[in-house]
Amino acid sequence: MTAEPHHHDLPVAARVRRLEERVIAAGLTSDGELDEALARFYARATPINGARLVARAWTDPRFRARLLADSSAAAAELGFGPQVSDYQLRAVANSARRHNVIVCTLCSCYPVALLGPSPSWYKSLAYRSRTVREPRAVLSEFGLVVPEEVDIAVWDSTAETRYLVLPVRPDGTDSLAEDELATLVTRDGLIGTARV
Amino acid sequence: MTLRPGTRVRTSSADPDHHTRLPRYLRGQAGEIVYAGREWPLPDDVARGVAAPRAETVYTVRFAAAGLWGTGRHTVLADLWESYLEQADGEGEGEDDGQAGSADDGQAGSQDGGRAGSADDGPQEER
Repeated sequence: MTAEPHHHDLPVAARVRRLEERVIAAGLTSDGELDEALARFYARATPINGARLVARAWTDPRFRARLLADSSAAAAELGFGPQVSDYQLRAVANSARRHNVIVCTLCSCYPVALLGPSPSWYKSLAYRSRTVREPRAVLSEFGLVVPEEVDIAVWDSTAETRYLVLPVRPDGTDSLAEDELATLVTRDGLIGTARV
Repeated sequence: MTLRPGTRVRTSSADPDHHTRLPRYLRGQAGEIVYAGREWPLPDDVARGVAAPRAETVYTVRFAAAGLWGTGRHTVLADLWESYLEQADGEGEGEDDGQAGSADDGQAGSQDGGRAGSADDGPQEER
């Protein structure tokens, strides 16, 4: 599951290309315009954004409370308002008793602006179908063994809310500053398939 | 109708011949409202090109894995439009519901309720 096939090889890529060709043939846009729009979007879409939210939450308890209460507003505080304006953002906090993991069983919904382009496995049928059914087994295949006493909550992104996991701050990081903490947070940690 | 957190619901078991955002694995399932979100256009209407699509409250609903799959201790949470749901705490809905429901509640439910509650308490505390 962690082997990532090239996106271009996926059947969906051919379908998207066909759609692009139709739209271009209809004179609505051009390849250049599409490429430019994508480049502009992806240039700013990176898991560093999500990591910044997490690091701020780790260092500022009031921000953490605001992030959990109204994630969209909290993201706007850090300048991500426009990027998350199309949906409701909700951060879900891991704890010693609970681990959260995100999936979209219907397609591949995901807060791209804050997590960067989604990995191929996130869109795979295997991840989408198995995560809601046997998350503990799926997570262990990612190398994340969740202890039995820790409950797992699987968030299926079926509507207009996009989820982001707020990992537990690792032990031994008390001396780190916010920007150093942000470098510890990975894309997979924000999805919930890694601890941090 | 606004369903409050804690309300027991059952999802629609309909098999519509159009687009819907109620996943098949969640059809006809018992769950519990944990969060009432804002209103969004109903995708079933939007996808069919209905001129004035219904706008409905979208709820976060929690399901016990044991109820969905017959096994597992985790919970699955999904965001579901109001017309996918009906309230399930009536007696008429039957013993199945009561039994399955209370079994779920006893384990995943109560502890989990506390936990999800604490995660979801944020907004309530703030308001």
